Amino acid sequence: MLGMISMKGVVELAYMASSLLFILGILKLGKVKTAKQGNLWAAYGMALAIGATMLLLIARGDWNPRPGEWAYQSHALAIGAMVLGSAIGWWMAVKVPMTSMPEFVAFFNGLGGAASMFVGLAEVPRAVERGQTLSAEGADFAIAVMLAVIIGAVTLTGSLVAYAKLAGKLNKSRIGPLGSQGFNIVLGAVCVGAGVWGGFFAADPMGLWVSNGLLTLGSLLLGLGLTLPIGGADMPVAIALLNSYSGIAGMTTGFILRNNLLIVAGSLVGASGIILTQIMCKAMNRSLTNVLVGGMGESAGGGGGSKDEGYTKVKSTSGEELAAVLDAASSVIFVPGYGLAVAQAQHKVRELAGLLEKRGCQVRYAIHPVAGRMPGHMNILLAEADVPYEQLYELDRINDDFKNTDVVVVLGANDVCNPAATNDPKSPIAGMPVLTVWDARTVVVVKRSLASGYAGIRNELFQMDNSLMFLADAKKALEDTITELKAL
Amino acid sequence: MNLFLAVAAQAAEAASAPVAQESGNLPFLIVGLWVLLLSVFVGFEVIQKVPPTLHTPLMSGSNAISGITIVGSLYCVGKDYPLSAGILGLIAILCAMINVVGGFVVTDRMLGMFSAKGGKK
Repeated sequence: MLGMISMKGVVELAYMASSLLFILGILKLGKVKTAKQGNLWAAYGMALAIGATMLLLIARGDWNPRPGEWAYQSHALAIGAMVLGSAIGWWMAVKVPMTSMPEFVAFFNGLGGAASMFVGLAEVPRAVERGQTLSAEGADFAIAVMLAVIIGAVTLTGSLVAYAKLAGKLNKSRIGPLGSQGFNIVLGAVCVGAGVWGGFFAADPMGLWVSNGLLTLGSLLLGLGLTLPIGGADMPVAIALLNSYSGIAGMTTGFILRNNLLIVAGSLVGASGIILTQIMCKAMNRSLTNVLVGGMGESAGGGGGSKDEGYTKVKSTSGEELAAVLDAASSVIFVPGYGLAVAQAQHKVRELAGLLEKRGCQVRYAIHPVAGRMPGHMNILLAEADVPYEQLYELDRINDDFKNTDVVVVLGANDVCNPAATNDPKSPIAGMPVLTVWDARTVVVVKRSLASGYAGIRNELFQMDNSLMFLADAKKALEDTITELKAL
Repeated sequence: MNLFLAVAAQAAEAASAPVAQESGNLPFLIVGLWVLLLSVFVGFEVIQKVPPTLHTPLMSGSNAISGITIVGSLYCVGKDYPLSAGILGLIAILCAMINVVGGFVVTDRMLGMFSAKGGKK
């Protein structure tokens, strides 16, 4: 008995060490120089936690075959599942192209939620076996199980919707009744009802399974219903929020298993996700509620729409003209948006920037916080093309510089540089911080069409005196320009 | 950080007081809520000023940490749990492990793109 207690103590110490590694890891992840190390430390923390847990389970005999029922070696299966999971995770992480990063972050996130959901559900057969309610182990236990299932399931299906939307496989905001706010309220009520029944009242196998099955089903549907209305361009907020949910779900399993490490790690992730969510909302000058309700409506965004908005004074341009304009410029700022990601034109921007730098031109990139489909999307995309991060400027740091800039090239971005945000108080995006690209001497907007972005509003930038429209796919446009520039 | 330290000191004081008086164990719920409170605070403090360049890696790195449920799911494949719970536990292990390994490896790949450039400079 003593041996077991001291083993538990050792494992608790290991858990403490791994909590510390997580905290320090996240701290280091926040600085460019130490980020890689921070990620490693967090991974060490995880390895330590897993190793210590396995040690404890083996030492306590938890993994011994259960007389009469466990006809198999549970540890062999557990380790098998771990190896298989690691192999799949590794394979996916190595294979995924950088441009598909947003959807894969969403996908991995969903699996984290799924794991929490299953851990919560695993308490149900145990209650069935004991013939007691879940709350027999304490009201806090029953509530923790309910929350783990709800939040875990919402994270799972919510992330899958985000994945499908980001991968361009889904652009509906409703599927039948799913996606309407009224139906979400109904689903929420079903979840709470089933959760209370299953946690506090059901003690017979039938009742426990039916109530918790209903809870699971309701929560899975709720995850779909909550995420469907969120428009593609609002995905940075949705992903950050779902990331937070997966942490909170993990945290609730800490209250089920009475394990501090799960609470620490889960709430760290929950907190970081909430902060990112706030940053993203602020960058759009919208409240979280507004984003979640999907107030902006749904459209492909980034220039994928179809109708021209009756612009009258648009001046079109071509690769030849753009090359000439850039050749004469001594300072150029690129403004990337989702269109750049769609066209996968990041390497072409880098190539063009290299040519310009060789001609003694100063090249910078202005990154709006919500450009793209996840927080920091453009930064990752440009980093993949070896753009030095010193050339990437945030909105606050570059907005005053546009007026001293010869040429701004907007690449597949729209609403993040719409003057209506500052000029028109009635505009839906009024007050949203935007890149004031129109202050530059010349603005060239590379865009597939004149259609409006996700916000569905006109962009007066397109017909300003100093702006030229280059209506083409970003990659094609850049290729043309590079060819022409080389010929000059 | 100062605010955090002050709160942490207060919390430690408050948490230790009842233990000393009752000389018994606090129910886990109370301990857990303390841990939760402080961790959320640490989380907020630690992540306040992250440059936008690191938003994606931070997200996918913390996403991997949320796979900590792997620890929880390992317990579910123990002899305290019946067979059907063990099966749920095995699925949880599989999901969590994909999340953990995939998350850390993908983050490392992304950050590699930053540091590779730093090296060239």
